[in-house]
Amino acid sequence: MSTEPAANTTNAPAILQMRGIFKIYGTGSAEVRALNGIDLTIRSGEFVAVMGPSGSGKSTCMNILGCLDVPSTGHYLFGGVDVGKLNRDELALLRRHYMGFVFQSFNLLPRVSAIDNVQLPLVYEGIKPAQRRARATEALHAVGLADRAAATPNQLSGGQQQRVAIARALVTRPPLLLADEPTGNLDTATAQEIMAIITGIRRERGVTIVMVTHEADIAAYAERALYFVDGALVRDGEPREVLA
Amino acid sequence: MRAVDTTTMALQAIARNKMRSFLTTLGIIIGVASVVAMVHLGQSATRSVTETIADIGSNLLFVMPGTSQRGPGGIRTTAEPFDRDDVMAIREHVPGILVAPAVTTSATVVYGNANQTIRVEGTTNAYFTVRNHPVARGRQFEDSELRAGAAVCIIGPTVVEDIYLGAEPLGTTLRVGRTACRVIGVLEAKGESMGQDRDQIVLMPIKAVQRRLIGNLDVQALYVSALVDGSTQRVKRDIEFLLRQRRPGSADSEDDFYVRDTQDIADALERTTQTLTALLGAIAAVSLLVGGIGIMNIMLVSVTERTREIGIRLAIGARGRDVLTQFLVEAIVLATIGGAIGLGLGLGGSWLAIEQLDMPFAVSAGVLLLGFSFSVVIGVTFGFFPARKAARLNPIDALRHE
Repeated sequence: MSTEPAANTTNAPAILQMRGIFKIYGTGSAEVRALNGIDLTIRSGEFVAVMGPSGSGKSTCMNILGCLDVPSTGHYLFGGVDVGKLNRDELALLRRHYMGFVFQSFNLLPRVSAIDNVQLPLVYEGIKPAQRRARATEALHAVGLADRAAATPNQLSGGQQQRVAIARALVTRPPLLLADEPTGNLDTATAQEIMAIITGIRRERGVTIVMVTHEADIAAYAERALYFVDGALVRDGEPREVLA
Repeated sequence: MRAVDTTTMALQAIARNKMRSFLTTLGIIIGVASVVAMVHLGQSATRSVTETIADIGSNLLFVMPGTSQRGPGGIRTTAEPFDRDDVMAIREHVPGILVAPAVTTSATVVYGNANQTIRVEGTTNAYFTVRNHPVARGRQFEDSELRAGAAVCIIGPTVVEDIYLGAEPLGTTLRVGRTACRVIGVLEAKGESMGQDRDQIVLMPIKAVQRRLIGNLDVQALYVSALVDGSTQRVKRDIEFLLRQRRPGSADSEDDFYVRDTQDIADALERTTQTLTALLGAIAAVSLLVGGIGIMNIMLVSVTERTREIGIRLAIGARGRDVLTQFLVEAIVLATIGGAIGLGLGLGGSWLAIEQLDMPFAVSAGVLLLGFSFSVVIGVTFGFFPARKAARLNPIDALRHE
């Protein structure tokens, strides 16, 4: 239901490319193919919803895109670089500088204030405290939570926690935002608020967004939807068409 | 990642889990405290022994008949005692010494209604110098009293306390055995040394004890003081040489007398206390090791408990080494804090104990440094494995951990 004119991304360079990606658990008769030969290209600036029933492989695909997991076979190129050739530390740096994560269960550090959660990625970057605080405050401001900077996660509502998580994902100004069911734990009204923030950020910064969801009205915020069934990508197109 | 931030992160993690942090450090606290306390106690005991020996009289030699071998029956004293001529010969042929011949017996001492059986020693005026036990009040023996074996005595402060009940003893007559003795002096207070109250003693001229109390002219022991520092070994050799010639019993392979040096005794005692110190220290070190294993256990549990946190950190861009450093620094900080508390407790505890035992207390910087650095080493060693386990976690597995 995005009424904004979609950014013209058809000629934009590919930011993510999957070539023959398999993810296989177990061996022999117990073998499970979580991903069964995925070929996929996502261009810079696209907003893509990843859909499918439980166990369809959409989360596995998402984890591989986020370099949190590695494929069994196949090539995954991030900005043209074969991620399979990078070591653990290089993958960490890739996540640190190029990706922001938003999870269904928020994944904030417990008993740590909102602002400290938001500036954590900057701590790992080695940025000085004053600058760190300024950028974290700015990020909290962008999600409308500047006044709750000192609150710890258990003092915040689900929606507020997810907004802190979004601020944390964006504080390093990554070109890619990966959201795994960002509204899955939220009520409908709060979910709409979160989606408004995500689309607003996209409009301002032009980040590429890949979002796993199983709700059609959430997927409708995206311009493109991928539909997974049994580890295979079966439909790829506009959300309305894919869900038709 | 900046070192300051790593440390801050570790401190915050410790502060967020105060109970767990305390339990983690408890082992280190007890370990370091016991090492520090044990070694301080041991050193204090050594020092106490050394001081006691110095008080007995330095450069002092005991010359006794018998063999110096100790068996189940104690020292064998079947050998012939010395006599007056032996004393004269030693005085004449061994230069640079002072000799106090002595005979010892015990007798019932009576004054007024009080009586007690105590040690009576017959000797000469050399005794006061050689045994480092001077007369505090009154006077020493006169030559005529020594020559005649007069019934006079000099008593220790404990005797004044027990028999005179604090009354003035000088000039009174004290009954020693069957002899009525005039009290001419009171010894300086020396206190206890090696389990014996040196102040509970009655000194009389050697001839008085030989004739009136024992009934023979034997000399049981010689107290010899080397007048020149560091000459005790030479004096010992000279006396041995002389007595071997004079005593037919020594003609065979074995001497029937022995010369013992206070330095020998001091060395033997010092060795004993040092062994004890080492032993106690070793036991304490084992407890420090156990404390280290305690840190490792709790850190391992902590890694499991915080797997999800580690997953989050890895997802937002922490490298394995960042996580490793974080957990390692946590372990080191815990061990350091534990070490510091342990030092305080160990010092305080040993000070209290040493005060109670009335021994000299001195802080040993070496032990403090050793205990402290050992606790840091333990932090690094036992913190490393849990930290590495945390650093090697797969991001997605860690994130999914419940």
